[in-house]
Amino acid sequence: MSRDYGKYEPVIGLEVHAQMKTKSKAFCSCSTDFNSPPNTNVCPICIGHPGTLPVLNKSLVDFILKLGIALNCNIERRSIFARKNYFYPDLPKGYQISQYDTPICSDGYLEIKYRRIGIQRIHMEEDAGKSLHDLSDDSSLVDLNRSGIPLIEIVSQPDLRSAEEAYDYLSKLKQMLVYLDICDGNMEEGSLRCDVNVSVRLKGDSEYGTKCEVKNLNSFKNTADALDYEICRQIDILEKGDKVIHQTLTYDAIQKITYPMRSKEEAHDYRYFPEPDLVSVYVDENWISEIKGSMPELPDVRRARFINDYGLPEYDAEVLTAEKSVADFFESVVSRVKNPKSASNWVMGDVMRVLNDKKISIGEFWISSGNLAALINLIEEGKISNNIGRTVYEEMLKVKQKNDERQNPEYIIKEKNLILVSDENELERVVKKVLADNPTEAERYRNGEKKLLGFFIGKVMRETGGKADPKKLNEILSKNLN
Amino acid sequence: MKFSYRELRKKLDSGETSCREVVSSYLNKINERKHLNVFLSVFNEEALKKADEIDYKIKSGYAGRLAGMVISIKDVLSLKGKKMTCASKMLENFEAVYTATAVQRLIDEDVIIIGKTNCDEFAMGSSNENSAFGAVLNPADESRVAGGSSGGSAAAVAAEMCMISLGTDTGGSIRQPAAFCGVIGLKPTYGRVSRYGLTAFASSFDTIGPLGKDIYDIALVLEIMSGYDPRDSTSVSDVTDFKAEDIENIDLNNLRIGVVKEYLGEGLQPEIRDKIKEVIERLRDSGLIIKEVSLPYLKYSIQTYYILTTAEASSNLARYDGARYGYRSPDSGDVETMYINSRSEGFGEEVKRRIMLGTYVLSAGYYDAYYRKAQKVRRLIKNDFIKAFEEVDLLLTPSTPTTAFRIGEKTTDPLEMYLNDIFTTSANLAGNPAISIPVGWDKEKLPIGIQLTARDFDEKTALAAADYILRSEFT
Repeated sequence: MSRDYGKYEPVIGLEVHAQMKTKSKAFCSCSTDFNSPPNTNVCPICIGHPGTLPVLNKSLVDFILKLGIALNCNIERRSIFARKNYFYPDLPKGYQISQYDTPICSDGYLEIKYRRIGIQRIHMEEDAGKSLHDLSDDSSLVDLNRSGIPLIEIVSQPDLRSAEEAYDYLSKLKQMLVYLDICDGNMEEGSLRCDVNVSVRLKGDSEYGTKCEVKNLNSFKNTADALDYEICRQIDILEKGDKVIHQTLTYDAIQKITYPMRSKEEAHDYRYFPEPDLVSVYVDENWISEIKGSMPELPDVRRARFINDYGLPEYDAEVLTAEKSVADFFESVVSRVKNPKSASNWVMGDVMRVLNDKKISIGEFWISSGNLAALINLIEEGKISNNIGRTVYEEMLKVKQKNDERQNPEYIIKEKNLILVSDENELERVVKKVLADNPTEAERYRNGEKKLLGFFIGKVMRETGGKADPKKLNEILSKNLN
Repeated sequence: MKFSYRELRKKLDSGETSCREVVSSYLNKINERKHLNVFLSVFNEEALKKADEIDYKIKSGYAGRLAGMVISIKDVLSLKGKKMTCASKMLENFEAVYTATAVQRLIDEDVIIIGKTNCDEFAMGSSNENSAFGAVLNPADESRVAGGSSGGSAAAVAAEMCMISLGTDTGGSIRQPAAFCGVIGLKPTYGRVSRYGLTAFASSFDTIGPLGKDIYDIALVLEIMSGYDPRDSTSVSDVTDFKAEDIENIDLNNLRIGVVKEYLGEGLQPEIRDKIKEVIERLRDSGLIIKEVSLPYLKYSIQTYYILTTAEASSNLARYDGARYGYRSPDSGDVETMYINSRSEGFGEEVKRRIMLGTYVLSAGYYDAYYRKAQKVRRLIKNDFIKAFEEVDLLLTPSTPTTAFRIGEKTTDPLEMYLNDIFTTSANLAGNPAISIPVGWDKEKLPIGIQLTARDFDEKTALAAADYILRSEFT
């Protein structure tokens, strides 16, 4: 599926910034709520008043340890923070607290479809504020609600070999972050941001080519598109016999091209040095086992379990475990039904259709797993047909409260009188009536035109309002026709 | 008012005097000698009002442990609702929105804060001549500097404008002015007192400590200020056992005093050397053990100190950029112009010099040669102290190479000025507690100070020995 780059091979590494969904900021107790009015989630610490000091939020360490463990990283037993110094109006202290020499997690990997992608390091840092340049003609405004929001930076090894692989890596990483419940994964709100490093070389070369960096990509698709463009640009340069110049680039998502940042923007000497206001973070075995104990089942493990325990096809397991909340919903349904595959079909089909149509998440889906399971069981037990099941489902969708009894399929069936007619005498009566009304067709059937069976089933269904028990109907029809 | 807080408290409790009388008397002193330029703000009415409140508390019998103690605080310490200028044009109109932990702990025990004292800009300096609001004059000789950077605090105590003043000490900024003005100044162990609310100069060196005239006052204030603060990760939780009364129970017999060989050589004013020798002889006569010790890496203290503190300062002072608070140049066209002009106009020469030095030593290509190397030397200096304290309990050294110099005498040569810190920076590099006490005068009647340095968190031994020396007949 990977695009063919001819005799060239791209080498790609990604740096992903993920916003952690801790309740309070990284180094003060201000709220991290995204929806607050500008400059309301602030205190003397996160706006850099003189004399204030940072104090590390322990949840941030808990969160990063979860990811570090999930990505098979080495956990640094003693790591320190560093100051990254630069001037910007939305950076209140004139430096960002980050980690430099001793990232808390290093040397891990993430499995994507066909390969294992190395994770070089994961470290903690704080976000800057947000500059707003377009609200006023002659001045810029700064919102410091974001100042001090905890971020982690995940740096991959240069192991990716195509834009598609980069896309897969990002999707997988996001899945992991969301599974671990440490990041909401929402790129539009900036909770995931990505920088890429990319170079190209001839296939088989062991040396890397000259790399370029594309900064501040705000969606997976833009990342893949930017990479595609940049790889082709670099190949074109090499094809002409020229040399790629090391540059920092930015991506224009409308024109779909990369272009160099002003050299001023990239010429930073951050003057990193150890943050003297914070003490070292010591992580011991107890802390690590505590975190391990609190971790949810990871997607790969869960997918395998769905295949083994529920006998689901690999495709179903993949789709159902893509999002933790969907997998949770599925498990809540499947635990109440006899046939896991029907549960899978319903969740992957009818439920996901609604999610896609309404553009909502499973968390916002209003049919309870209990009611859906009850519906599946009614069909499985033959109390209603598949078709009536669909009708009942449509009725259930009209009731927006999970605990409303009118959402219960039994209630709907009773209320709308949809229970299957399986009374043999009643079916016998209807069949006889249909045969009497259609003597010509009955004759043709008896003369060998067997495909007319469907015609009679249709007639009976119409007479019974679709409620004839299909199994019983088959028997009785055959008996009366033969 | 030459009595200690304990004596004052007796008089307050018995009704012989009142907080209002005490505050009024200090306010008079402040007014009489305004020209010394000791205070950057004085809280006249507020201090009197507070005095009445505490007089009432004393009468009612539920006054705090420091009720009626009148203190001043250096203007780099945060006090809610009050200006905090850091003696800089940059923060000339800045008002603090919260109170420093150490200050709050004293307020909770009913001190009365009479004002905020002058100092070198952002605590950078050794003569108080770097204040944007003018130098402090030495009360002992008004043609001379009060020392720095806590010059206002030392002068305030010396001129009896308050009982205790809180200073800060990054490389000698409490001890050197204490020596120049003839008062006691204690730099606690790093981590003993929370730094929350202390405007950072060099975060891994900065300490808050008291200046006063009575050892027990100093000890009491230290006891109340010290201890773990959840707002300062570098404050210590497990060594907070300091109690002022402990210093009265220390047996000084067999106490081993180390005399640092490297510190009695050239460049030391002869009268100071003589005074040190005199103190040593008397201590020996009193049965204390005097030992000569060597700390070979001390000779790199000044260089190491200036590399590391300027590095930290260059980062700590980055927040004063004109964007959110503090001085913004009227000529601020775009962002970069705002930064350059605000910082060029808002900071004084010495502060700018140190920011540039610090930026340089942290720069790519120079970090290893300067910052990293200095960190290693810092460790070696610490090791020197650890080794020395295996042999002795205290180190006795001069506080300063000379007594107070004349105003303007050293302003043209920053290196000459830096050398003033030669005996004091090592305690900040190593983190150890150190105290400067007055032990007499030179022939020009200028105070001489000596310094006692102790093991980490062993302020009590230093204070007890200092008390012993002060009670003897040296002065």
